[in-house]
Parts: sequence; structure tokens; C-alpha cells
Amino acid sequence: MQSIVSSYHLCLPPPPPVLRHRLICQSLPPIRLPSRRSPTSLRLFPCAVSRESEMAAAAKEDGQDPRIPKIASSIRVIPDFPKPGIMFQDITTLLLDTEAFKDTIDIFVERYKGKGISVVAGVEARGFIFGPPIALAIGAKFVPMRKPKKLPGKVISEEYSLEYGTDKIEMHVGAVEPGERAIIIDDLIATGGTLAAAIRLLERVGVKIVECACVIELPELNGREKLGEAPLFILVTSDAA
Amino acid sequence: MFAAENGLKGDPRLEAISAAIRVVPNFPKKGIMFQDITTLLLDHKAFKHTIDIFVDRYKDMQISVVAGVEARGFMFGPSIALAIGAKFVPLRKPGKLPGKIHIALKFLGFFVVDDENGNTVIIGKVISESYELEYGHDRLEMHVDAVEPLERVIIIDDLVATGGTLSAAISLMESQGAEVVECACVIGLPEVKGQHKLKGKPLYVLVEPSGLDEFC
Repeated sequence: MQSIVSSYHLCLPPPPPVLRHRLICQSLPPIRLPSRRSPTSLRLFPCAVSRESEMAAAAKEDGQDPRIPKIASSIRVIPDFPKPGIMFQDITTLLLDTEAFKDTIDIFVERYKGKGISVVAGVEARGFIFGPPIALAIGAKFVPMRKPKKLPGKVISEEYSLEYGTDKIEMHVGAVEPGERAIIIDDLIATGGTLAAAIRLLERVGVKIVECACVIELPELNGREKLGEAPLFILVTSDAA
Repeated sequence: MFAAENGLKGDPRLEAISAAIRVVPNFPKKGIMFQDITTLLLDHKAFKHTIDIFVDRYKDMQISVVAGVEARGFMFGPSIALAIGAKFVPLRKPGKLPGKIHIALKFLGFFVVDDENGNTVIIGKVISESYELEYGHDRLEMHVDAVEPLERVIIIDDLVATGGTLSAAISLMESQGAEVVECACVIGLPEVKGQHKLKGKPLYVLVEPSGLDEFC
């Protein structure tokens, strides 16, 4: 595998100019392969470029936080993942940018510190990346909300709708107590199904949802509407497709 | 090697960490005494101790990458990465990292886009490695662009049993020319006691498994 990877580095031409507008792995020059994709896919590339320039910031009350543009530009957009037509917002590149990741956590911590929040609930799996650092910094518990059968012992579960069928999220019995104040963290809100299920799960056991917090919102999918009275705080917005 | 034998003997934080971990018998299969770290995450002080011990150990070792194994490695890795100024790299179950298998090379997947000239352009690569689990087998994936050659890496997971998962993680890192400085876990099962190295790499563990009397 080592020799295969290194041979690509040897024979690759420099990147075409259009790629400089994209926040992607800059170390990888392109290679010319026969195109196996349909003509319609050619429209996705310029869309991706305009998508980055449309990445607006969710402004705070006192105007745009100067850390937001760097956070927004550190997020990579992957077309057609997990299926055709979806523009996937890849936060793994944010995690590789130590300053952007630190700023992301700092913004959430500044917002939630000193507000009597004792629970940070994070939705599997990318919520597990952002939630614990926030929980540690504000002195709260971290509660993972997981896919079925992952949590050992007694759990309560909540079903939610998918495009086709349903799924469930689960939480440990006894992880939270009635009257606790919670925030729910995920990397992104799309249709809002998962977050809405997380809200229902926590409210069933008497927890007050202070806010849902995500790095990215896809506003066209109207996820906000599913959250009921729970406010939503986000850092960046992006078009869904 | 266990923390108690390596500078932290008698450290009360280790006791607090151990006490916060819950044992759930017969999960996920009969006969497995599952070490549940979610109760550790509910205990803010004990969770903070866990992160502090790892941060104290790694902050002056010029570590530029903290890799965490899905999903429980995600609960510990990012806090350590943030505190020591390193990147966090998730090591994921198959199909989770965006990418398509475009070229049929062993364990290599690419995600591609077409530029305006109709050329297919690779904008990222995923590599994967199979491994044996304590109970079954699985595959671990990483973005190729996540680590660069010669970067110094630590790999984090909640627990080490047979070492299969961590060995696969080490292989992924080494395939990209990165140097694994150490593997670090909160809990180490008896199989690893006395083993100071995993695939030639040092292994650092905070506590042994909690006993059944702590099952609640």
C-alpha cells in the first residue's frame, strides 16, 4: 500500500486553478481519470464553490463573531455523500485545524458557562466529539445519546422518522435527573429528526432543554421547526443540496 | 504499562476514576463483563482527572495528532487534543467517513469530483484496515490527508482488550508515514497486563477493570 500511495505522488500534475477556491486536502493534486460520472455531476462542482461563499455565519446578538469565518472555511463539502444529490458537510477538516476547533469549543463554552447547565447531551457519533470538551469546561456531565444496543444496561429509547423507515436513539436510565438543565450538541442539524428525538427523550425524564447547539445548520431542511420550544444556536449555515 | 507503575502510584485520582466506572455483566454477549465508562462521563471531577492525567503526560511530547477510535475514543480524544494543541483524527467504522470506493485498490477509497473540464479529480482518500475484536472482527477507516509523514501521534480508546483495534489503528498511521508515540487507554484488561508494547509501540493504561461489586 505504501508504494501505491507514493506512486500517485510522483506522477500527479499540479492542481487546476478552480481547486484553489475549495477548502479540501491541499496536499493532494488531481489525477486525470476517465470520467465515470454522469454529465449532471458537472454541475455539482461549481455548486460546491458557490456553496462555500454562501456559508454565512449565524450572528451573535452583538454582530458576527470574528472567529466564525475561519470555522466556516475549515469545513469541507463532499458532493454525493452518503448518496447522490447530498452535499456532505465534513467537519473532520475542522478538527484538523487546531485554532478553528478551539474557537468552536470556546464559542459554545462562552455561551453556556455559568448558566446552571448540568447536562451536555451529545448525539452519536459526531456529537461525542464536540460535547465532552464543552461539558468539561462548563462543569457539566456528558451524556451520550446512542444508536440502539450500544449502551449497556437499562436504557430508555425514542423513535424518530427517517426518509424511509424509522430509527431510535437511546439514553441510560439514571443518567439525568428531573429538573436538570441540559443542552444538546450535534455537529449538524438537517431535518431535525435526531435532535427532536433527543429533546423528547430528555423531556420525558423531566429535564429542561435550555438550547440545542450545532456547528452547522442546513436551513432549507427546516430542522428548526421540529424542535418545538427548544431554541437552536448554530455557528454556520449552508445549503443542503 | 499501567499508570500506577509509571509515576502515579497512590495517586488518588486513579482511585476516583476506577470507582466511577460501572461493570455491566453479560453485555454485549454472555460472559463479557462490560466496563462502562459512561458513568465516568457523568462524574465531572473523575472525567476531568482522566483528561488531566493524559494531558500532563503528553503535553511536552511534541504530539501533533490525537487519533480516537470510534465511538468511545471520541469521548476522550478531542479534549486531550485541544489541551495539547494537537489535531484530532477520528478513526471510524466503515462507510462513515465521506468517500467512495472509486478505484479497486486494497483498502483504498477515494472521494472524487468532476471539474469543469470533465476530469475526475480526487479530493480525498480513505484507507482502512481490518482487525480482530475481543468478540468478532471489524474494520477501521481514516482519511489519508488527516496525518502527514513524520507526525507524532497518540491513539486513544476507552479500553484495550486483545489490542486488535489499536493494532489496526497503528497500521493505519504507519501506512501514512506517521510515528505512533504511544497508545493510551483508560482501562486495560488482564490480557495486556505485563505487556508494555503493542506492535512495538508503548501502551499506557490508567486502571484495571472494575470489579462486579461496583455494579449498580
